[in-house]
Amino acid sequence: MSNKIKPVFVQGNHACVLGALKAGCRFFAGYPITPSSEIAEILAIELPKIGGRFIQMEDEIAAMGAVIGASLTGMKALTATSGPGFSLKQENIGYAVMTEVPCVIVNVQRGGMSTGLPTQSAQGDVLQSRWGTHGDHEIIVLTPSTIPEIYRLTIRAFNLAEKYRTPVILLLDEIIGHMREVLVEYDDADVERIERVRPDCPPDQYLPFKPDETDIPPMADFGSGYRYHVTGLCHDETGFPTNDPVKIDKMMQRLNRKISRYTDDIVEYQLDGNSDAPVLLMAYGSSARSARQALRIGDERGISMSLFQPLTIWPFPETAFQAAAAGKKKIIVVEANAGQMKREIERLVNRDIQVQLIGSLNGEPIHPEKILLAAGEVG
Amino acid sequence: MFNYEKYLRVKKFPHIWCAGCGDGTILKSLLRAVDHLNLSKDEVVLVSGIGCSSRTPGYVDFNTLHTTHGRALAFATGVKHAKPDLHVIVVSGDGDATAIGGNHFIHAARRNIDITMILFNNFIYGMTGGQASPTTPLGAMASTAPYGSIEPNFNVSELAKSAGASFVARTTAFHTGQMENLFIKAISKKGFSLVEVIVQCPTAYGRRNKLRSPVDMLKWQKDHAVPVSAAAKMTPEQLEGKFTTGVLWDIDRPEYTDQYRRLIEKASGQC
Repeated sequence: MSNKIKPVFVQGNHACVLGALKAGCRFFAGYPITPSSEIAEILAIELPKIGGRFIQMEDEIAAMGAVIGASLTGMKALTATSGPGFSLKQENIGYAVMTEVPCVIVNVQRGGMSTGLPTQSAQGDVLQSRWGTHGDHEIIVLTPSTIPEIYRLTIRAFNLAEKYRTPVILLLDEIIGHMREVLVEYDDADVERIERVRPDCPPDQYLPFKPDETDIPPMADFGSGYRYHVTGLCHDETGFPTNDPVKIDKMMQRLNRKISRYTDDIVEYQLDGNSDAPVLLMAYGSSARSARQALRIGDERGISMSLFQPLTIWPFPETAFQAAAAGKKKIIVVEANAGQMKREIERLVNRDIQVQLIGSLNGEPIHPEKILLAAGEVG
Repeated sequence: MFNYEKYLRVKKFPHIWCAGCGDGTILKSLLRAVDHLNLSKDEVVLVSGIGCSSRTPGYVDFNTLHTTHGRALAFATGVKHAKPDLHVIVVSGDGDATAIGGNHFIHAARRNIDITMILFNNFIYGMTGGQASPTTPLGAMASTAPYGSIEPNFNVSELAKSAGASFVARTTAFHTGQMENLFIKAISKKGFSLVEVIVQCPTAYGRRNKLRSPVDMLKWQKDHAVPVSAAAKMTPEQLEGKFTTGVLWDIDRPEYTDQYRRLIEKASGQC
């Protein structure tokens, strides 16, 4: 019974840990980095208590590698980092995409480039989360904005990773990683926990990268009697490298299709405010909090707006956004960067609609008055 | 006659290695060692990075993992930590293990995690066409050291020993019997074990360094290898330009996954 669960007052990074453990995560490898280190520190305490495994690796790259290795044995595995570490992990994230190894990567964003602003917030990794690793690929990226959302979306990140055999990136930022709110954890009975599909054929008939009609091949645990080969090279259904253009094309198309065809299942968004208003706000992560506050103040001042908040930012909820944007005079994109999603929004909407950025590069939260000022310009 | 086919993915042959390459010799010794130890194929995980030696896992019928350049030990650490009952063996080259993967190499040794690493040391980047590596000898020629290397080389066995490995041994592709025995000892050893195998690369190293044929290179290995027992009686002058072979280091230290098992017992209140 969920009403028996005591509410806790926790920071976002802690909520992420609680969500991961609730989802069945039993392995963490990481490297110290602000502002994500609490995730490692709390898991160092909690994982061994339940027989799980924690390890602090020698660097960010190693942490990503260890997570993939652990997942290949069948464990649900997590790593957490911030901007500089996220850059370092990119090659191995691509390896996980290529080899279809489920895992979750948390990036608690801070100001960048380079060492940037370690203790202050930004949303400058939105496009890196989409395109950070080399090569053409699909990826799932989730963007919560509150502590309960971090908890729920961390569980969802593991479920999507297992369901689609893919790395999933949970994009937090320093503001929501370090702020505290009340969280009521879910009752175990109420939690959906998805496990990767494992093969049921005899081991000698197992083709590790041959999908059924779902496009997602069953995945065997290392050590379970299904001996197979895993490589980051382009491979065929047997898992071995190939240079055959027909086989390569088949694999590459499927890797992209296995995410894109399930967009409806993967995307989540929230639409609030007055849908008839001339102004639509688009915001995610901590910036969605600023936008929500602007919505409330706008209500009092008679400035009518609606808010589109993607909880899955990649793949972007394009269809839903286009529906929400139809007939608007102005779209205000609120994000703590120089307009990374603004370009995406411009691509999606009619050119008659004005798209304005309320951005930030100085590490500070975006003030709602800036949003209201931009919204008030529309008559 | 040893039945190699029991362990090979025969359909994957012919292999990619050049004529005269010693990597296949090392593979044979590894399979004989695994057979000698009677390890279940289901419980062996062979992990590699990128390079010629790192293509080894593709040819053997174990759980095999061909990872990113230099990172084999990082992936292997994840496998071993998650499932300590598995026998985790890493094959790597000198560039893979000690240049791009150097950090993982010293830290796997420091952590003393129960992984056996077989380091194919051919003094060169073979797959990419003969660039200088951290083990290219001073003065040797490479495509990126066209006037001879001006960088001192790593002694990889000493590096592993200093970093904390439990077991360190060196042999060559010429000394196949010794190689098999050292692999058996290394795999049996609890903790991080390294076997450095000096191996010929006639294509990328030999032809640039007056060792044109594989036979010349194997003779070089034979003539320059000094067993540790013999080396103990030799002066530094007599050992100049040579290398020692056999078990170089063998100690007992707490092993990482054992330590973590104890940590779990402590944290979960089981002890």
